[in-house]
Amino acid sequence: MDTNLARNLLALLARFVSGASVRWIDSQPDTCQRVYFANHTSHLDAIVIWSALPQVVRMLTRPVAAKDYWSKGPVRRYLANQLFNAILIDREEIKVHQSPVDLMIREIGHKYSLIVFPEGGRSEGREVGEFKSGLYYLCKKRPDLELIPVHLDNMNRILPRGEVLPVPMLSCISFGPPMWLEAGEIKTDFLARARDAVRRLKELD
Amino acid sequence: MSIFDAKTLWLIGVVLVLLASASVVVRVLKRRPDSGIDAAILETFHLRVRAWWILFAILAAAFLLGPVATVVLFGLISFWALREFITVTPTRPGDHYTLFWVSCVFTPLQFVLVGMGYYGLYSIMIPVYAFLFIPARIALAGDYKRFLERAAKIQSGLLICVYCLSHAPALLTLKLPPLPNGEVDTGGGVRLLFFLVLISQLSDALQYAWSQIPRRHVIVPTINPTRTWEGLLGGTASVTLIGAVLWWATPFHGSSWWMAALMSAVISLMGFAGGITMSAIKRDRGVKDYGTLVEGHGGVLDRIDSLCFAAPVFFHCTRWWLVLAGIMSRVS
Repeated sequence: MDTNLARNLLALLARFVSGASVRWIDSQPDTCQRVYFANHTSHLDAIVIWSALPQVVRMLTRPVAAKDYWSKGPVRRYLANQLFNAILIDREEIKVHQSPVDLMIREIGHKYSLIVFPEGGRSEGREVGEFKSGLYYLCKKRPDLELIPVHLDNMNRILPRGEVLPVPMLSCISFGPPMWLEAGEIKTDFLARARDAVRRLKELD
Repeated sequence: MSIFDAKTLWLIGVVLVLLASASVVVRVLKRRPDSGIDAAILETFHLRVRAWWILFAILAAAFLLGPVATVVLFGLISFWALREFITVTPTRPGDHYTLFWVSCVFTPLQFVLVGMGYYGLYSIMIPVYAFLFIPARIALAGDYKRFLERAAKIQSGLLICVYCLSHAPALLTLKLPPLPNGEVDTGGGVRLLFFLVLISQLSDALQYAWSQIPRRHVIVPTINPTRTWEGLLGGTASVTLIGAVLWWATPFHGSSWWMAALMSAVISLMGFAGGITMSAIKRDRGVKDYGTLVEGHGGVLDRIDSLCFAAPVFFHCTRWWLVLAGIMSRVS
């Protein structure tokens, strides 16, 4: 099947299953290089954010996903490699010379945007977990990247941890205003600020 | 033979005239800011009229494509309403598979049964089998916290959004008496369904309009401060009149106009019951609307709450009337 057609169909399917209403709060979709960072509660999160973007932006946006999950079985491999062109990160063996941040920077070049989940894994409850430092190191090496906070609401009920079949409920995706790593900002301050940006979107519901 | 016989075309014509005049009224009032009408109410009415045009266009398209398309359309509306219902109702992770069964198995199955006209099965599948299945499946998941409450939430959602609403397209499967000239009434089912939707939407609007008059006696202030006795009685009286005027469009031609009037009153009262029930749920959950499918219109469930309650009662009243009319015609 034609890849572009399959991509659009998958985006449509993801929109239908997630029943997502998309809000851009003080923010606009744009093709400039961005990092969308979101809270993580479900395996569908990456697809749902990807499908919520307008088609032109979607083509230039690559989710960062866990290799152990997305390279299992031919279907997941096809989805990750062919359709959403994911950057797969090996969570089991993170090497010194092959750090995930370097891999991401190499893969996006000066063209692609990223979807990342800085909590590292999926959080159990409704609270947004502490952010891991990857986002900080990414921004330190590429301070020109625009950071867009994204909040996903209700996704953990559509496909909770450990479940296979999604229940079609409704969800809400909020994209927030862009932010950047400030000059000289220390790691903990930056990560707390980024996390607060996601939590602020949650409170707007 | 086409379902668009003369009567159906007349009914559609009446609705088009009503909608067009509502649109004109909105236009005219919007141009005159000194008309003394609250701008917020006018804006609500404006959005409501637009929603009706969309509803009318979708219904007309489904009718044109035939009964299967109509059943599928109502199935999709049910599915969406159920999603909205479950989204605002808190459940626990242990309910995941029960919810999957409810939305992906019982909901489509109900509409398949309705489409095939198995009255004996679709009238009990949800209130008996699904209602027994739901608590059993929750128990099987092993989470007993607030057990009854969770089961009741899922059961209510399935009952209101799916079971009740499925009785609207079920009207298409009723066996109607022949027309006075002896011909088979092929368009009768479509007109019945159209009548139900029209009267329930009109009763919503007229109850709202009547409750705007100055001397207000609010019925349940804790649930919904906009629903007044004036609104309920005035609205019901108005749609009863409208129903009586439209009697020629219904298959109740044997009983003349009063049967159509009575049915309209029933639809209006059930619509009120649906409205306050769904308001109570929204109040409890602290939400204003069930969803945001179309900006400014709330969710699907906000628009069809009255239809959900009116559909099964209207269906059963019509069915009993058909049985009675059949017996009467055999006696005479």
